[in-house]
Amino acid sequence: MNLQAEAGRKGGPSDAPVSKSDLDSIVVRFAGDSGDGVQLLGSQFSQETALAGNSLATFPDFPAEIRAPTGTTYGVSAFQINFGSRLIKTAGDQPDVLVALNPAALMVNYKGLRKGGLVILDSGAFKEKDIKRAGFTIDPRLDGTLKEFRVLEIDISAQALEVAKPFGVSQKEALRTKNLWTLGLVSWMYDREMKSTMEYVARKFGAEDPIGKANAAALNAGHAYGETHELSGDIAPVSMPSVKVAPGTYRLVSGAESLAWGLAAGAQLANLEMVLASYPITPSSPILHILAKLKQFGITTFQAEDEIAACCAAIGASYGGKLGVTASSGPGIALKTEAIGLAISTELPLVIVDTQRGGPSTGLPTKTEQSDLFIAVFGRNGDAPIPVIASHSPGDCFDVAIEAVRLATKYMTPVMILSDGYIANAAEPWLIPSMKDYTPFPVTFRTATEGFHPFLRDPHTLARVWAKPGTPGLMHRIGGIEKDYNSGNISYEPANHQKMTDTRTAKIANIANDIPEQDVALGEAKGKLAVVGWGSTFGPINRAVSNMREKGLDVSHIHIRHVWPLPRNLGALLKSYDKVLVAEMNNGQMLTLLKSQYLVDAKSLLKVSGQPLKIEEVSSAIRSLLGSN
Amino acid sequence: MNVTVQTEVGQPDKLTAKDFASDQEVRWCPGCGDYAILKAMHKSLADMGARPENTVFVSGIGCSSRFPYYMATYGFHTIHGRAPAVATGLKLARPELDVWVVTGDGDALSIGGNHLFHALRRNVDLNILLFNNEIYGLTKGQYSPTSRVGQRSPSTPMGSIDSPAEACTYALGCGARFIARGIDVQAKELDVLFKRAREHKGASFVEIIQNCIVYNDATFAAFTEKDVAADMQLHVKHGQPMLFGRERTKGLRLNTQTLRLEIVVIGENGVTEKDILVHDEKNRVLASLLVALRPPSFPEVLGVIYCDQAALSYEAAVVAQENEAKAKGPGNLDKLMRAGNTWSVD
Repeated sequence: MNLQAEAGRKGGPSDAPVSKSDLDSIVVRFAGDSGDGVQLLGSQFSQETALAGNSLATFPDFPAEIRAPTGTTYGVSAFQINFGSRLIKTAGDQPDVLVALNPAALMVNYKGLRKGGLVILDSGAFKEKDIKRAGFTIDPRLDGTLKEFRVLEIDISAQALEVAKPFGVSQKEALRTKNLWTLGLVSWMYDREMKSTMEYVARKFGAEDPIGKANAAALNAGHAYGETHELSGDIAPVSMPSVKVAPGTYRLVSGAESLAWGLAAGAQLANLEMVLASYPITPSSPILHILAKLKQFGITTFQAEDEIAACCAAIGASYGGKLGVTASSGPGIALKTEAIGLAISTELPLVIVDTQRGGPSTGLPTKTEQSDLFIAVFGRNGDAPIPVIASHSPGDCFDVAIEAVRLATKYMTPVMILSDGYIANAAEPWLIPSMKDYTPFPVTFRTATEGFHPFLRDPHTLARVWAKPGTPGLMHRIGGIEKDYNSGNISYEPANHQKMTDTRTAKIANIANDIPEQDVALGEAKGKLAVVGWGSTFGPINRAVSNMREKGLDVSHIHIRHVWPLPRNLGALLKSYDKVLVAEMNNGQMLTLLKSQYLVDAKSLLKVSGQPLKIEEVSSAIRSLLGSN
Repeated sequence: MNVTVQTEVGQPDKLTAKDFASDQEVRWCPGCGDYAILKAMHKSLADMGARPENTVFVSGIGCSSRFPYYMATYGFHTIHGRAPAVATGLKLARPELDVWVVTGDGDALSIGGNHLFHALRRNVDLNILLFNNEIYGLTKGQYSPTSRVGQRSPSTPMGSIDSPAEACTYALGCGARFIARGIDVQAKELDVLFKRAREHKGASFVEIIQNCIVYNDATFAAFTEKDVAADMQLHVKHGQPMLFGRERTKGLRLNTQTLRLEIVVIGENGVTEKDILVHDEKNRVLASLLVALRPPSFPEVLGVIYCDQAALSYEAAVVAQENEAKAKGPGNLDKLMRAGNTWSVD
């Protein structure tokens, strides 16, 4: 198992098998019904794994339906974790281990498992009707479907029912402990401490709750099962040494958490209170939930009646002198566009978070995609530029959010943050930052009345003054109608509109001088091939480039954070490579942007399946472009 | 807040109506009802002792929504229909400000109907003035959601066929706790409504009947013209019998058989003043009967129709929750991020 796990992970048949002693990471995928508690199982296992000092990346992959009909393939919820003693950059191309809690989970996931991988099945869930419902004509355990894998069948359902019996919980509740039973078994397999899960159970249910006791017992029972049953040698416990990382205090963080905290941090650094106005939408809602609990930070949250109202309320708050923030996903961003134009025209700070999901329209609400680049950069009526910043990992959202607040307040402009469903839901170990390491950028409100008009500009940044209501002597009117450059009053003058349009454009373009130059994430600043990515594709691109460089290929990785304006050296940098490959999860949006800006003849690796890019997909594209097989 | 809020009591400089007028040239059509409303507002704010720096006018799109440009206060001319949402955000950020929303029948009841609904039901402390002229003026005369059936317009050449929205009925249905109606040219009455709206903590909704001289002139003539005004306008006052007519002998009586209001005349059929309903502005059932009365069968009901202040307006309740959270100590981000499961690497 270990040997082939390594082969599978290293990406494809062309990689030579490596010895068992090389085991330094493993990919486990948990799958079950959407009511089976698979996400909880996965996130608790991630927590245990993080506390064990391993590097890890996770990929929660769940349906849009809250409780799809039991046993259906479209109701399958999965959670994948890649963990190891080396730096983990992706949730893994191919699972080494699949835990399938019902036949539908097996149906959906077995084809992705690497050859020789281990399948752990809950045989109690393999009744004839369940098997049929999952779309198997014959029991897959009997007809050779699983012949390429090793299969471990345990009647987890019966085990869970038996364990829960003494606590007098209902049959339904007893059966629901099977996720924790499974967690116990897997914790044993990988030598994980279960303390954090035990604490979680106690916190969630209270010490005396029979359901809590049943769950705790199931966790222990799963662990004991592994210990006492002579399970085949293949799944003898594996110890994964901890990864060598920078010293400090770590935690697991999801993209939604670090983004929410980054907004709070940004507001503090700007010396502003924050108003987050949002409308619930998958996968953005956790930002609202997290910030709603942070009232003591001077954060007001407002669940608006719709996406438009959310954006407008955030603008109203900014007009009032606080930091207005609105968070949504594609369909919501589409609705906000007119209001974003108002914030551009009135030159008010505003942070807009777009946690991208599959589109167009409702698209794939719980699946990931990077197809909102165009709407972020261009999606408004009129000439209406705004800065756009993309986060590349869960932990990175923290710094991206701070940067967004800095630019929004310094330049009096809306700023769009692009995250995505993968980043928002995935978790990774995170070196917790200290606020003292960040330089504050406090906002100055205009108070002087002499020579005041609302569109007075800073000669360097071109930002207009921010004068908030309540300030004596600075009463003024602003709005979406074009304003006179010299007074801020309504103006329909042709030359003035030209000047204002040019000024708004120059203001945003000038931000290129206030952001870092584009660096090379891995490799050289020139050469045969640069793979260019942005956002959540960082992991697979970086690992693929690293693997190909180990094989001697001349390839580098460039990852763009500042999507608009683009870094000032990017054009020259791209031209220093013979070939450029843009890898992204859309139909060519960054590709088009780079081509239009730099006339670069870039090639593309595009994927819109709702699933993250795989290392092997990138590696294969690199090999093909460099003519190496 | 960093800025000290100036109290209105004991201000040394007593402001006049002129101090509330901006330096911008007013660009409504000559004879537009909006001029009268603007003038009334300038005077009312001065009389109320409002401070221009603490007063904000937020508007949407339409003729009425140009209003903020003509006020020497803070002003925000936003986008079509969204003024209540922008104003809600402003009020959440700055509860101490006096926030007025100026909107029209298209802005508030068509494109912005949703936001008006939610501002009213949440009871945000906004003073919402809906200028109702039953027409789209700025887009050149199309029928509006309050236009009556049969209204001919560029978009309804054979007459409109959809049933009109009733602004005050809508507001009451939305959960508004302050509902009033006035007429553009009745400055004295508007002055009272503006003051009452401002005093009321929570969403105050004022429908102002406003004549569009270009696209819908005289559409309200059946109750605004001098010769019919007395018989076709009922000015209600809390605690007073609901009487109208040239001789103030007409009144409203509740028919307990039909549960409807009916017009009766004192001195006819044995009717005395005791039979006339006394206005109770806190009575929501009465309010629901009054907002349903429309000319020509009934007089136009004017004045404060309903006023029943809630214990807390929306933003005040938000502040109360925030204070409760802050009472446990200020937030510390370093602590927050280190709470829960963490591990150290040496």
